[in-house]
Amino acid sequence: MSNRRRRGLGGGAAALVLASTLAACGGDDGGPPTLTWYTNPDSGGQAEIASRCTDAAEGRYQINTAVLPRDAAGQREQLVRRLAAEDASIDIMSLDPPFIPEFAQAGFLAPVPEDLADRVTEGVVESAIEGSTWDDEIVAVPFWANTQVLWFRKSVAEAAGLDMTQPVTWDQIIEAAQSQDVLIGAQGARAESLTVWFNALIESAGGSIIEENADDPEDVVLGLESDAGRRAVEVMRAVADSGQVSSAFSTENEDASATGFEGDRGGFQVNYPFVYPRGVAAAEAGTLDPSVPEDYDAAVYPRVDPDTPAAPPYGGINLGIGAYSANVDLAFEAAECIVSEENQAYYFVSNGNPASLASVYDDPEVLEAFPQAPVIRESLELAAPRPQTPYYSEVSGGLQREYHPPSSVDPQSTPEAATSLITAVLAGDQLL
Amino acid sequence: MTQTTLPPVEKTQPVSAPHGTISDRSRAERKLGWLLAGPAFLVMLAVTAYPILQAVYESLFSYRLTDPDNRSFNGLANYWVVLSDSLWWTSLGVTMLITVITVAVELVLGFALAMVMAKALKSIRPVVRAAILIPYAVITVVSAFAWQFAFDINTGFVNSWFAWLPGVSGDTDWFGGQGTSLFVICLAEIWKTTPFISLLLLAGLAQVPEVLQEAAKVDGATWWQRLWKVTLPNMKAAIMVALLFRTLDAFRVFDSIFIMTNGANNTESVSFLAYRQTISRLEIGLGSAVSVLLFLCVVLLAAMFIKGFKVDLASARGEG
Repeated sequence: MSNRRRRGLGGGAAALVLASTLAACGGDDGGPPTLTWYTNPDSGGQAEIASRCTDAAEGRYQINTAVLPRDAAGQREQLVRRLAAEDASIDIMSLDPPFIPEFAQAGFLAPVPEDLADRVTEGVVESAIEGSTWDDEIVAVPFWANTQVLWFRKSVAEAAGLDMTQPVTWDQIIEAAQSQDVLIGAQGARAESLTVWFNALIESAGGSIIEENADDPEDVVLGLESDAGRRAVEVMRAVADSGQVSSAFSTENEDASATGFEGDRGGFQVNYPFVYPRGVAAAEAGTLDPSVPEDYDAAVYPRVDPDTPAAPPYGGINLGIGAYSANVDLAFEAAECIVSEENQAYYFVSNGNPASLASVYDDPEVLEAFPQAPVIRESLELAAPRPQTPYYSEVSGGLQREYHPPSSVDPQSTPEAATSLITAVLAGDQLL
Repeated sequence: MTQTTLPPVEKTQPVSAPHGTISDRSRAERKLGWLLAGPAFLVMLAVTAYPILQAVYESLFSYRLTDPDNRSFNGLANYWVVLSDSLWWTSLGVTMLITVITVAVELVLGFALAMVMAKALKSIRPVVRAAILIPYAVITVVSAFAWQFAFDINTGFVNSWFAWLPGVSGDTDWFGGQGTSLFVICLAEIWKTTPFISLLLLAGLAQVPEVLQEAAKVDGATWWQRLWKVTLPNMKAAIMVALLFRTLDAFRVFDSIFIMTNGANNTESVSFLAYRQTISRLEIGLGSAVSVLLFLCVVLLAAMFIKGFKVDLASARGEG
């Protein structure tokens, strides 16, 4: 091929690319308006739901998905920067609940119409409604609700003589794990998961990380130095010092906990529901003995004190509509389609992400895929969200700095140190 | 034996017009010079000077990205917050430690690799060069992940391969402490950027005149004596430039720390601190102050090299 001809081809290809790009930018080419849904990475469920809703819209709109970074902090960073620049291409966002107040406060979320707010919160578990609320108003559409449960090996609990039909405490689990020499899985890594664990502990002990919320960051009152705050530290330290945690406890994340639980020394772990489909998939792929996932069972999150119900972690994803979107009304319409009962059930079964609609838990298909669905539902009703504040990353980042590694926290000094750090960071007097 | 370098060449001074007046010709040349360099100069202003100046400006404000209405001027308060915080000094210490360790090791290793590349048989030379350069072509984040997976207690092979070493066992949690974390971070950095230094040194090696080597050989100098008295003194300029580039580069270490420890166990570098304030906390003012201080550190380092060690950037390019 001659050089000239090659150049001609290259030029033609470039023109083609340019033309198609321009066409994509145009939008007004007669086709339906395109809504962009920024999703967190999953096993393809959100893309499938997007195409189902595109079909259901019968040409009124088309949903395209764009994938956000891997972890929640990265997702927030990207969205915040783009929204601060008033990016009109952000129509629908999959938001991690702790960041919703920050987005709402900054005016990044389009206000949810009242009638739609009523419809999308009907029959939804309490924690998911709380997670979509800021300043007493629904600011996001509840999509799926995650929670951590206490995963245990039936054989281990039986051998230790632990009655798992009754609520158990952290102390009981430590004792049982020690008697059977098995691992306790929890997330000790310096990451958001550490805040999730600590928040569940302090809420279970009857306290809260933030005792009094305020719009002005300097007026926020922290509850770390309360009795509940100290009790949470005691439990954290007891688990870390029990001798029954992985030798890499200070870097253990959810995946590492699940890996330990699949191993020979697997006993107990607090973790999200994905643990079960992961074990089943590994057994199907032949990398795990099928008897292992058959030995799995779940109970509600462990209690800190025997007489106070546990407050399990709450997570998941809610949908925010971009305030700068050119198609706010259509975006709300699409969001309502995305969170339909049918789609939530599909997402639960196919991707292992629990629904926020309580009715989904009665679906026979869901119960078959997730025998633990009733426990998850119960856990969601009890679950407590992480502190709801526009300054969440400062609070969480400060906690992670002072409560890590869990083997060195001290009920006497850590709460003071964390309170003074977070207070100073909120006042802008200290680095994080 | 004294060091042997070529005698300085007497530079021929350009014959110029008498002082005070500029000839038409040199005026035209000057104009042409500006025309040729002007566009590049403008681009540099736009992509380098403008962001630096904007960072300096932003660093004087209390400004949160999600709360632009409450943006307020607070003078040098951000700098005071940074400089009075022990975290800044810890991070600066960690950054300097990583810089010194990695640059020192890379210099020795890079020189050895440069010698290999220079002396390798002609037939395998291209293969050797390409092989040595591969790590440099790997994206830093990818290399950081690879090293993290290798050392991770669950996914890694290091613990089982090196269990015979004292202090390493199946339970060694490399990312659980400051020392071991920094060890892995330095290792990843060294693996990744040694090729860069060896490439610069290879260019320097090529500049050492063969006549000097032969003369030294005739005088009965050993290989070691020739290395120290002939080769190294003659490539001082190349070594200093390699050191300068790598030091400035190493001082801005970010990717490996971000991927491997995310700043846990006191492994934060200064760049990481700037990222945390600007991108995570969205405190543009405070983050800009950290960035400006980082910039000043880098300027100081560059000045130290150029003035203190008399690095002549032009001579390293063979223009001297």
